[in-house]
Amino acid sequence: MTAAPLLAPPADPCAPVAVTVRLVYLARLRDAFGSPGETLTVASATVPAVLDVLTLLRARGGAFARELALGRSVRVAVNHTMAGDAQPIGDGDEVALLPPVTGG
Amino acid sequence: MTIRIQREDFDAGAEMARMRRAHRSVGAVASFVGVVRDHNDGAAVTGLVLEHYPGMTEKALEAIVADAHARFVILDALVVHRIGALEPGDPIVLVVVTSSHRGDAFDACRFVMDYLKTRAPFWKKETTPAGVRWVEARGSDDDAAARW
Repeated sequence: MTAAPLLAPPADPCAPVAVTVRLVYLARLRDAFGSPGETLTVASATVPAVLDVLTLLRARGGAFARELALGRSVRVAVNHTMAGDAQPIGDGDEVALLPPVTGG
Repeated sequence: MTIRIQREDFDAGAEMARMRRAHRSVGAVASFVGVVRDHNDGAAVTGLVLEHYPGMTEKALEAIVADAHARFVILDALVVHRIGALEPGDPIVLVVVTSSHRGDAFDACRFVMDYLKTRAPFWKKETTPAGVRWVEARGSDDDAAARW
């Protein structure tokens, strides 16, 4: 964590916030999307959250819309910890999409 | 606590003997070995490939074992999970728990497996006569985890 400059101008609360995250697609989702992952920049009016990533991907249509449709049980992990839709995401975060697990 | 993700087979007997000797207060050693079946969801299975999410898997298993320590009176726990190509009859996973008494050893062993089945990021892709398919999660696994 870096200290804020002492004379930083006040942040504009209306300015969109953009963060770039590393997406990881696992197992069935990697096959469905034809890729193990990608880098994605997400902009939001407030602090970008997991839901903003999902919304952006769903808007692509095709396999993304189908696999990430509401009701499909896809879980999200941010930096290797399970996360809910409202969890904020930051620059450089690893955001993974996980189908239901089947180990053991 | 010991957590290992590996391609090679494991020696359940050797692991149990090591953990049995590790504490003089061990009175019970409970273990579970999961094995590749030759059938699943109505189809013959000739092989499967297990994959995981490196980095998260270890973290998830450590959290499950830490949870077991908080819930049960146990001395130690080990989880070994294999990845890669496996065939029917091959061992997939080993859980060993030591405790002074059998009740906590049995319960903690079952708890770790029930949670592993629903929370650890592993996936199976199996080969059947009709082709290759990703294994579907089972609702009964969620029910088993919800009991705890």
